[in-house]
Amino acid sequence: MLVRLFQSVIASLFLLHFTPANAELSIEIIGAGENQVPVAIAPFGGDHKLALAIKDVVVNDLLRSGLFRMIDTEGISSLELTEVKYPDWQARGAEALAIGSVTVQPNGRIEARFHLLDVVKQTELAGQAVSASEGQVRAVGHRISDLIYEKLTGDKGVFSTRIAYVNREGKHYRLVVADSDGYNEQTVLSQNQPIMSPAWSPDGSHLAYVSFETGHAVIYIQSLYTNQRKLLAGFSGTNSAPAWAPNGKQLAIVLTRDGSSQLYLIRPDGSDARRITFSGEIDTEPNFSPDGQYLLFLSDRGGSPQIYRMPAKGGPAERMTFGEGANFSPRYSPDGKGFVFNHRVAGKFYIAMQDFQTGQMEMLTEGGWEKKPSFAPNGKLIMFASEARERGILATVSSDGRVKQRMFTQSGDAREPVWGP
Amino acid sequence: MKKLLVAIFLVNFLAACASEKPVEPVAEAPAPAPAVEESAPAPAPAPMVEVDPLDDPNSILAKRSTYYPFDVSVVQDADKPMVQAHAKYLSEHPNRSVRLEGNCDERGSNEYNLGLGNRRANGVKQMLLLGGARASQIETVSYGEEKPRCTDHNEACWEQNRRTDIKY
Repeated sequence: MLVRLFQSVIASLFLLHFTPANAELSIEIIGAGENQVPVAIAPFGGDHKLALAIKDVVVNDLLRSGLFRMIDTEGISSLELTEVKYPDWQARGAEALAIGSVTVQPNGRIEARFHLLDVVKQTELAGQAVSASEGQVRAVGHRISDLIYEKLTGDKGVFSTRIAYVNREGKHYRLVVADSDGYNEQTVLSQNQPIMSPAWSPDGSHLAYVSFETGHAVIYIQSLYTNQRKLLAGFSGTNSAPAWAPNGKQLAIVLTRDGSSQLYLIRPDGSDARRITFSGEIDTEPNFSPDGQYLLFLSDRGGSPQIYRMPAKGGPAERMTFGEGANFSPRYSPDGKGFVFNHRVAGKFYIAMQDFQTGQMEMLTEGGWEKKPSFAPNGKLIMFASEARERGILATVSSDGRVKQRMFTQSGDAREPVWGP
Repeated sequence: MKKLLVAIFLVNFLAACASEKPVEPVAEAPAPAPAVEESAPAPAPAPMVEVDPLDDPNSILAKRSTYYPFDVSVVQDADKPMVQAHAKYLSEHPNRSVRLEGNCDERGSNEYNLGLGNRRANGVKQMLLLGGARASQIETVSYGEEKPRCTDHNEACWEQNRRTDIKY
């Protein structure tokens, strides 16, 4: 209770609004990490326009994580390594300083060089060149953010990763892939029938998803490089809930061809569909453990929707969630030590997490219309579908529940988000 | 006489609509039926030509949706006579077929609701089969929560979305 109260106090203190120049998206951040590292990002040298754009991306990335505080760089121009005066930066309160420059190669490639400096120890933490093809200025910024994040927190950054979600506007559905900050939207599929349950292949090259374009739910796999797709499962009845095995050689899916919703394994080419649950009740939303040995899934075999675990090859299932309410949409944490899921109690949906060892459930959100959680690859953030201002939006919460972020897309409802590699 | 019949027909039709539980957005409030002589007898006359009872708005077959409490998939007692009437019709008209579309309210995960909608449609299918319909006449599909009739977050809306539609 005290923690809750504390969190809401923090929330009111740290409510920041971003209205990026490119206003297709707006982002709100609520809360802050326990210890925010004070970081200064000096203006980059070289191509002035690109330098400003890159710094903007880096600053916003780091702020969104909730783990950093930005030190004012007012009045500072771009710096070379030899020009850095550490005592000045110490006086400004910075513990880390990033400097750099950006140039455009004759072939149009963007090349940024940057250094990350420890202001307290007066040493260089990292120095690196990052390049990307023409127009990929955000990608360059995200790579720099990842390197800064990694050096200063010890965890891998996720600013260069991508997300997939479904945008619904009236009866129009779009399957969308975007950068993890919601920018750089690309429409993968657009149609007037529902699209559900996008699932990234482990290498990020393909999406499996459920489409109703044939009049009932079938599963497609689509390449994000060629846009070509093929039917994975179009059996009679419902074909849904695709989940990739970590080695990419198998998917768990849900079919009703034998009556109720049951789990099956199938190869990515659509061959060898093999049934692995026999409850006769609703078994759905499978998710592989990071080592590929187990599946978490949802079943109402015990009378209400709850989370179960079973060997991925098939075998006896063990109930994981108990107590009041119903539970949906389980997903393993990347370290395999717990899982995040959707908890419904007293008419509200919460994003919750449970540790395998303790069996303790922890609510990460205040509850509302919050659905479909999925972990960032580094396990530090969870993305989910939420609702605000009567619209479906994307939101994230840090795995300690402290930092929350809401992303408003241009129009329509954002649904079914899933964090990719 | 013809006018009178039309009027009675219209009144009955509207009454049938009004007695259906959740109201589809009907165009307008019914315009008052043209005045009819008070003494006019009102027996519902048998149709003059043989019409398919499916086309008769007074028939129980005009009702095509079953409704459910939250997270329930068995056909409710109130809807059983209607489903049984469709079973009888299908058994007597082997060339007709139906598509059963299961739907849910939004209070679950999309995937769970897909399963629940499937279960609802299957429940109606079983009742149709028991009543004499053939499996080859019945197709089932679940839309889960993806095709809501009503999109507000309240029970008035949700109860319309928890249903199986029988579509010929």
